[in-house]
Amino acid sequence: MPGLGTSFGRGGATTAPSDLVNSDAILIMGSNMAENHPVGFQWVIEARERGAKVIHVDPRFSRTSAMADIWAPLRAGSDILFLGGLIHYVLENNKDFREYVIHYTNASIILPEEFKDTEDLGGVFSGWDAKDRRYDGSSWLYGACVQGGQAAPRSAGPHSGHHKDGTGTGAAADLRDCECDPTLSHPRCVYQVVKRHYARYTPELVERFCGVSRERFLKIAETFCSASGPEKTGAICYALGWTQQSKGPQIIRAASILQLLLGNIGRPGGGILALRGHASIQGSTDIPTLYDILPGYLPMPNLGLDSHNLADYVATHRDPTGWWWNFDKYIVSLLKAYYGEGAKKENDWGFNWLPRVTGDHSHQGYFLEMLDGKVEGLFVMGQNPAVAGPNSRLERKALSKLKWLVVRDLVELETASFWYDSPEVERGELRPEEIATEVFLLPAAGHAEKDGCFTNTQRLLQWHQKAVDPPGDARNETWFMYHLGRRLKEKAKHDPRPRNAGLSALTWDYSLEGTMQEPKVEEVLQEINGYAVADHNLVSGFNELKADGSTACGCWIYSGVFPRLGENRANQRNSQDLWGHGWGFAWPADRRILYNRASARPDGRPWSERKKLVWWDEQNKEWTGLDVPDFTRTKAPNYQPAKHAQGDEALAGDKPFILHTDGTGWIFAPKGLADGPLPTHYEGLEAPVSNPLYPDQQSNPAAMRDERPENRYASSPDDRFPYVMSTYRLTEHHTSGAMSRMLPHLAELQPEFFCEISPELASERGIENGGWVTLMTARGIVEARALVTRRMRPLLIDGKMVHQVGVPYHWGYRGLVKGDSANDLVAISEEPNVRIMEAKGILCDVSPGRRARGKAALDQWNAHLGRK
Amino acid sequence: MVKEILTRWPVVRQILTHSDGTGVEAMSDRTRNLAPKHRDAQVARSVCPYCAVGCGQLVYHKDGKLVSIEGDPDSFISRGRLCPKGSDSFELLTHANRETCIKYRKPYSTRWEELELETAMDMIADRVWDTRERTFAEERDGEVVMHTTAMAHLGGATLDNEENYLIKKLFAAGLGMVCISNQARI
Amino acid sequence: MPISAFLTDASVCIGCKACEVACKEWNHIPDDGFAWSGQSYDNTQALGASTWRHVLFLEEKQPMGPQLAGIEEPFRWQFLSDVCKHCENAGCLEACPTGAIIRTEFESVYVQPDVCNGCGYCVVSCPFGVVDKNHDVGTAFKCTFCYDRQRDGLMPACAKACPTKSIRFGELEELRREAQVRIKELQDRGYNDAQTYDPTGSSVGGTHAIFVILGQPEAYNFPPAPEIPTIHLKSAWGSALVSALGVVLVVFLAFTR
Repeated sequence: MPGLGTSFGRGGATTAPSDLVNSDAILIMGSNMAENHPVGFQWVIEARERGAKVIHVDPRFSRTSAMADIWAPLRAGSDILFLGGLIHYVLENNKDFREYVIHYTNASIILPEEFKDTEDLGGVFSGWDAKDRRYDGSSWLYGACVQGGQAAPRSAGPHSGHHKDGTGTGAAADLRDCECDPTLSHPRCVYQVVKRHYARYTPELVERFCGVSRERFLKIAETFCSASGPEKTGAICYALGWTQQSKGPQIIRAASILQLLLGNIGRPGGGILALRGHASIQGSTDIPTLYDILPGYLPMPNLGLDSHNLADYVATHRDPTGWWWNFDKYIVSLLKAYYGEGAKKENDWGFNWLPRVTGDHSHQGYFLEMLDGKVEGLFVMGQNPAVAGPNSRLERKALSKLKWLVVRDLVELETASFWYDSPEVERGELRPEEIATEVFLLPAAGHAEKDGCFTNTQRLLQWHQKAVDPPGDARNETWFMYHLGRRLKEKAKHDPRPRNAGLSALTWDYSLEGTMQEPKVEEVLQEINGYAVADHNLVSGFNELKADGSTACGCWIYSGVFPRLGENRANQRNSQDLWGHGWGFAWPADRRILYNRASARPDGRPWSERKKLVWWDEQNKEWTGLDVPDFTRTKAPNYQPAKHAQGDEALAGDKPFILHTDGTGWIFAPKGLADGPLPTHYEGLEAPVSNPLYPDQQSNPAAMRDERPENRYASSPDDRFPYVMSTYRLTEHHTSGAMSRMLPHLAELQPEFFCEISPELASERGIENGGWVTLMTARGIVEARALVTRRMRPLLIDGKMVHQVGVPYHWGYRGLVKGDSANDLVAISEEPNVRIMEAKGILCDVSPGRRARGKAALDQWNAHLGRK
Repeated sequence: MVKEILTRWPVVRQILTHSDGTGVEAMSDRTRNLAPKHRDAQVARSVCPYCAVGCGQLVYHKDGKLVSIEGDPDSFISRGRLCPKGSDSFELLTHANRETCIKYRKPYSTRWEELELETAMDMIADRVWDTRERTFAEERDGEVVMHTTAMAHLGGATLDNEENYLIKKLFAAGLGMVCISNQARI
Repeated sequence: MPISAFLTDASVCIGCKACEVACKEWNHIPDDGFAWSGQSYDNTQALGASTWRHVLFLEEKQPMGPQLAGIEEPFRWQFLSDVCKHCENAGCLEACPTGAIIRTEFESVYVQPDVCNGCGYCVVSCPFGVVDKNHDVGTAFKCTFCYDRQRDGLMPACAKACPTKSIRFGELEELRREAQVRIKELQDRGYNDAQTYDPTGSSVGGTHAIFVILGQPEAYNFPPAPEIPTIHLKSAWGSALVSALGVVLVVFLAFTR
């Protein structure tokens, strides 16, 4: 989300699958939408039937490629080169949507002289500290930050990435009072800086290092970039092909820049559709079970950076202009929701009861600590790190160092059984008699056995109604958390030390229902919606939230989902139109297409009849249209702010990106990302070639490798691992397989772990279709069946043939169908903003034959590693 | 009675109706009474638990048991359609390998044991309290820390918003656990 | 009553197999075992007693209409969901000695599982290799055209689930018209080999499951001119009669000598 968040203001898809019918062109990249979002893909087919052109760019020819109008094979890891090539094409040929770019983006802003681009410094931006491996981004800021002597805000912390300010020099910044050049010709204006930054991303370079022929690249560029202007729009869909890389957010930033230049954000048929992969993964980011954020993208306090007291915290994060001016209302209301009556002005509303972030507490971070014996206990609920975690071998070993483990799931999955049937036990690396981990496996309720809501990929909250009770001892997670909390609060009652003050103050009195004593889930959603403290009346939206302790709200961006008793909007099913108004509740405030102010001209009229969405009603003096305006309803298009205006009032009537302090879409991101204001091509952490642009900066300098004996890397290139592999999903299975390999009707559709290789690679290594192969990386060794297919092809990269291998990751050691886990091959690496691992474009070897069994497999692997 | 038996005899029916023995006249009682299994069932409106498209589902149930799950034609997102995984949602909840009892493994043990639910909850609460007791830091260099890094949580993308809310609320805001993560990154 | 029919369109099939699963779930059909075929993504391999929808996967060195996909040579990957054809003149129905296989009020062909005695005559009589015996249960099974659902005016499970409406359900003549419109549309867009598979010229007399395909029927394992074994009935009886008369004649001649 930082890719979308820094570009536009919010970390979420800007549009929805059904809106794709309005697209004139759809670029699907880093995604296999037909296979992984099949029902969403119906909208791509509809668009295609109406004449839209569908383009798919991917290392493999998949079921999505089969339905595309144009397919191009891509070397995994070269996405920024390709997208940069498209940006280059737009800028060199003046194909940008000029009026949109001038008014709605920061293209005209003139950057300070201190800013230096990667083209100036051989691969890094100004502010790079090679020793600490971090950027000081103060030279990227513009506006009042630079002029008027205002000190640049301190970094928000080295560890956080998902919250409103992102990483790097992330704190609140005043970007007003900027020099601009609306002619876009000043050499230091963003438009010209970007043009220079991508000057070398030519079609020739794309051909040489992406593996896409110049002709095909230009055909794609021409097709997609013509879907622009008042009468046309194009959409981009992406998924984990982009995100699971050491520069993931920057890839998304590149797509964002392209869409801003083409004027596609905020318009029907435009936008960026982030295709997320789990039923409520958008929800688990909004109401986060993540370490660095609080609900609604408020930052967790970071020791020593913003955590001294509430006033410091607010000062660091509250933007002087734009919607985040309201920041204090949201944090205070959240604290009131958490701590109820105990949260008072005198105690900073309980701010000091929140735990402080002091390091890398992410999945990767704490699993490494776990391996080193520093984590005693772990709860795992609906996840399966033993199969789906990066470097799953390491993760399984780490589990064996726990003192206690609580697993809650529908089945006995690999994470719960590692102590007796994992490969590590088979290989003698672990012995059950020596594993001290106490394991509790608690059965969980399935979706039809509980009330609650999911938030899907288009930011839509949808309630699922409970149909039947869960079987036996199975319970839902609200039951588990509530009754666990009840017990712990009981213990805290007898222990009044400061550490227990927050726990004791925690509001925890939900009504219990039925023989199972389940908490009433709607009450939790009401708390999330927010209410007035005095009378508990529900608020109708975040506009009613206050910073004086009179309101409580569990997640400000969801406020409005339950505006009054009996009106659970997530449970409404009365769809009125293509975007589904009347069905569910989209955050924020049921706006279906974000930034939709941009669907109107600066003067408020629609860009065209064909692409109208939201427009200014001069008679009633308000914004109106087909969607809820993502804009202050009564702010006129020609509104100009007063000199010292604050908050939303500081943004003019033609500035659609209201979360940003300057209201513009950020082509250049002055803050928020740890690895630079502009996407730059770096090779992956393992690559078959050197970085053609910057020989001195092979890979993302800010990415972390977490190198240790259990987590090694190949060199770039590496004779032991000559091929490039990527992991991915198939339609027939779901993630780690706990919800598909245990089910006969799905297991039989794709029963064996296989990998996809080209006929050329098969011939080179003597591999036959249907045979067995052994796959190895610097992390591990697995075996798979070989599917030899024309859909995989070697690419000519800088004069040498690079073979790519496709590796679906669904298999594990339990279930109706079993197999080795592909994630045994993947390293624990951390992209600098969100700490995601790189699973695409990593180096491997493939050889015919099964791997050795038991301990001999490790010997086989070590022998291969030793071949330098 | 004889007449009833005679008229149910397919060959008699065939003669009487002048048909060729391959139509209605050849139907058994079972066939004649055939009806969809979810006729007269109640319906819960639901959402698919697999990917993030969020297809609408109709969950049919009778007398406390699930009957079938299929798509919800009213959903503007999915229009009644489901992919193979969504189509298999009934099996997801009813297949033979679904766990319904607690499984407990003692340290160093080679096998699972049974455990009562309430006992398991008590034991887990004790483990949490004990670990927190020994590893909690209230402050560092005069600044509030209020956390423990010795206990962690993983999970959330498959859970409900309300569940994730309570997890973060209890674990972070209540217990001071900072090591919380789920499948989401980006 | 209108004739229920399927129109399955390869040009929008994404090979997801929702149809296979929706069918199995609705009809409580068991799995077919967990053998991997190594043939593209098709591990189902054929219609049978416990597979009533089967998605084919065809990797071909031909272009998919105007699609720009091949590198150096044309390439396409297409998918199609096969199903029982519910023939106008059904070989299985004609062969069935017990009256287990009947024609419903929707003009579909239905095997009554409580009447079938497992003789297997239907299995060898189907020109498409659809109906088969379940060897655990001992009787024959095939697509029921969701007869139970149709009774309540509901569409079959596969048609309901299909994400891209590659599988359409409706009235036969209406779907035939739609198929013709679709073929024209596709050909106009450059899918030069778009055609219907709707074999009406042979003894089967037409099917109630028709298809929009790209290329020749043989590529999909569809017989271009499917015949039911009972077309040979007249000549078979005729030959039998002639042979019998011949035998009588020979015997007569032998005894009168």
